[in-house]
Amino acid sequence: MDPTALLAVLAVLVALSGALYLIRHRRDLGTSADRATFDTLHTASLAAPALRSGLTAPGAERAVKHLRTLLGTAAVALTDREQLLASDGEPHPVHQHAACAPTDASRVLAEGRTVILSAREVACTSPECPVRVAVASPVVDGDAVVGALVAYGRESSAHLVRAVEEVARWVSAQVELASADAARTQLIEAELRALRAQISPHFVYNSLSAIASFVRTDPERARDLLLEFADFTRYALRRGGEFATLSDELRNTERYLVLEQARFGERLRLSLRVAPEVLPIAVPFLVVQPLVENAVRHGLENAAGVVTVSISATDGGPVAVICIEDDGAGADPELVRAALGGDDAAGARGGAVGLANVDARLRQVYGDQYGLVVETAPDAGTKVTFRVPKFAPGVRAEPVRARPARPA
Amino acid sequence: MSAALPIIAVVAVAVGTALAGTFGLRRVRTTRDFYVASRTVSPRWNAAAIGGEYLSAASYLGIAGLILAFGFDVLWYPVGYTAGYLVLLAVVAAPLRRSGAYTLPDFAEIRLGSATVRRAASVLVVLIGWLYLVPQLQGAGLALTTQAGAPHWLGGLVVCAVVLVAVAAGGMRSITFAQALQFWVKLVAMLVPALVLIAVWQHRDDGVGAGYPTAPSRTVVHLSAGTSVRVQVPETLTVSGTLDTRRVDGPVALTRGTHRLGAGTTVTLERGDVVPVVTSLPAQRNASWLQPLGSGRAHPLYASLSLILAICLGTMGLPHVLVRFYTNPDGRDTRRTTLVVIVLLSAFYLLPTVFGAFGRHYVPDLLLTGDTDATVLLLPQRMLPGWPGTILGAVLTAGAFAAFLSTSSGLTVSVAGVLSQGVFRRRSEPFRARRIRSFRLGAVAAIAVPYLLSLPTEHLGLAAVVGLAFAVAAATFCPLLVLGIWWRRLTDAGALAGLASGGLLATAAVLITIVAGPQGGWSGALLAQPAAWAVPLTFAVMGAVSLATQTRVRADVGRILVRLHVPETLAGELRSLGRSSPEPDRSAQPDSRLTT
Repeated sequence: MDPTALLAVLAVLVALSGALYLIRHRRDLGTSADRATFDTLHTASLAAPALRSGLTAPGAERAVKHLRTLLGTAAVALTDREQLLASDGEPHPVHQHAACAPTDASRVLAEGRTVILSAREVACTSPECPVRVAVASPVVDGDAVVGALVAYGRESSAHLVRAVEEVARWVSAQVELASADAARTQLIEAELRALRAQISPHFVYNSLSAIASFVRTDPERARDLLLEFADFTRYALRRGGEFATLSDELRNTERYLVLEQARFGERLRLSLRVAPEVLPIAVPFLVVQPLVENAVRHGLENAAGVVTVSISATDGGPVAVICIEDDGAGADPELVRAALGGDDAAGARGGAVGLANVDARLRQVYGDQYGLVVETAPDAGTKVTFRVPKFAPGVRAEPVRARPARPA
Repeated sequence: MSAALPIIAVVAVAVGTALAGTFGLRRVRTTRDFYVASRTVSPRWNAAAIGGEYLSAASYLGIAGLILAFGFDVLWYPVGYTAGYLVLLAVVAAPLRRSGAYTLPDFAEIRLGSATVRRAASVLVVLIGWLYLVPQLQGAGLALTTQAGAPHWLGGLVVCAVVLVAVAAGGMRSITFAQALQFWVKLVAMLVPALVLIAVWQHRDDGVGAGYPTAPSRTVVHLSAGTSVRVQVPETLTVSGTLDTRRVDGPVALTRGTHRLGAGTTVTLERGDVVPVVTSLPAQRNASWLQPLGSGRAHPLYASLSLILAICLGTMGLPHVLVRFYTNPDGRDTRRTTLVVIVLLSAFYLLPTVFGAFGRHYVPDLLLTGDTDATVLLLPQRMLPGWPGTILGAVLTAGAFAAFLSTSSGLTVSVAGVLSQGVFRRRSEPFRARRIRSFRLGAVAAIAVPYLLSLPTEHLGLAAVVGLAFAVAAATFCPLLVLGIWWRRLTDAGALAGLASGGLLATAAVLITIVAGPQGGWSGALLAQPAAWAVPLTFAVMGAVSLATQTRVRADVGRILVRLHVPETLAGELRSLGRSSPEPDRSAQPDSRLTT
């Protein structure tokens, strides 16, 4: 080997080690505290994408080991309101503690604040197990507790409690971002749904056919019906205003029923019971008429003979109770359940196309506990009930503009 | 017979109320009737409903009793109860209706956007509601005891039961019509006996006279509890029982001054005997009884002024009054309703005055027992012994129960609504069943607590306790509403400080008065009538703290005030004008950029 080559190899080696030294000991990386911060931020950034779809088991699975790195405890578990989503920790016997996380987190879920569990509550019999205490902190979305972060460690210090709280808060922030995303998607869906609820093509076709049949025999009535139709479409297709008063909703339902009676005549009977106290309440736009339309269409088209449709609105303390009932064909409860779950095909068979739409909008405005309640069975009619809080922040009816005078 | 008739009357009223509520809704068969059925309640109906809910035990029984005992000064109660609606009409009725608030806490949240102020308002609603319910239940107990000899706890229990059954059955379905009916029941039940008694009085040509009240005929008074009485003139009365620690049975000479009559003692008053007066009531001659400021209480001028202030300003803060206004379709109809309410109340309040004045002459022995609240119920039997008096008494008992039931059910529903939202409900209640259950739990708590409070037999006059509820309402909600509606610089911190200081001080004064009984001197007068100092204090605290925390004024306060004050039709115009402009319409969300 000639010396030049040897020198070249040596030079390369020196250069490499110099470069390596420079890389490993870069002065501008800052102090050790700075590096700790960078490490923490890096770990957090690794966990963040896993949590962007909310508190799900797969996401929690990927996030939880980074959370344990952040906390540096023996084991960490993430739960939702019911069950353990994911856990990470040192091997057995530490890991079995994480499996108990839902029990350990139950108080946090109930009270919504950080809870420290002492050795008496969490320690096991195994002598080599390092777990002596647990700190559990709530994961909050908006103002609801949706889950808990539980850390298992050797001793409870103010430091550990603070760390667990901060990490739980960070997880909460990620979950809130996720639900904000979901809300935005829902909003777009709701707008689409509202658009679809406005008018049904069947109804337009049937109404115009019914009116046409009167044009020669009873032109006066045909004219009245056309004007009702015009008013109905004016209301249903109005722009802006997510809410209307119950009184306006009922008036629009009346126009709809006048048109349907033109078609069905004596076969459609009505019964109405409305407590005047609830008339000025604001309700989401077009919630009553689609339910009545559902009752008329499904109840009458699938049954022979006279069908009575009853509409009632009553005062129930802090809520108004609105109930639409028909004694027509009824439906299989399973089909209605599927329709409310979003299965349109089942809805078409069960006669519940409008229901899912109204149900989704009610839940979106007032929360899940204010959805539709449907009571039905084949040949037993259908009863649809919903409740509307008399007052909900941000809900206010837009006054309808005065109707222009009808042409003489 | 004499015990059965009032009981039948009470049962009839209870059943009638339930039926009116359940079947008061119209059924229609054709679409042509649809619009007729779904139109709103006319101001006249609604006004009668407001009157029905408003005329409580205090109005029906309490005022006549107070007039018997205190005379002219008590006339401020009916004047205040009516004039309170005038203040309501002028200052808050229409803006409150436009705000869309269903309850006072709702208003606090709409105007100030603060959950803390909302909670404080909720606590006060419950407190005022309870304070107002106690005399209703006491009155029910008194009515059944007086008319049917029932134990004193029974009447309140009957009212609780009827109200809870109505709530459990899904609430009274059409409260407006049921309450409107109750108003006419109460008015007629008092008007007919009053007309008969006036005719009898005219016929007999009796006068009250200027001296101390004397027994109009031989009267036997049985004292169920030990009583201290003041004897104005030395006289000989037939006493059987304990007198000043010695046993007596027969005529005894009573000296002028205070005497102690033991429990179970019977006093027989002959015609013309001057009635000894229980020490908790003033004993004054009929001449001064008829004079302004002649009530015989300490500092009558202060007491009268403070009372007027409490009742006039407290009406707007009663939890069950605001809900009724929501039935009106708009602010203009709200004002018309209020006007009719004033007319109806003015007519009604003439009647208790008649009973109170007659009571001074025909049932002065109530001054000896102190149960002056029974005046209205006892008067017919005294003036018309035999069956006519019994029938009139039964009619009055029915009216009284209508008063207890209507006010109690309205208050219970209001308080239960607040309780179920604030106390019995977790932050994220997932199930509908639990939410309904929480409302029923709320209803039970809303009426059970005042029932327990009403059980101790020692009590102030019914109207006086209601007056105290008005005082707390005047010292808390009146400033919140007036400043909230008319002053844009009110902040959440200011409102909270005002509610806390006014609420705590007025409640403390009220509780001291109720627990320890009326005190003498200036301190006693200030505690018994706290409104005159508590209301200005609350206004001052709200104003000062708001001025000190001006950074907390909501950015969108201008928009909220526009919503409160612009008539609905005009508001629609404004909004449609706004929509045609290029600016995006985001009025549903508070957005500071639009208002700055």
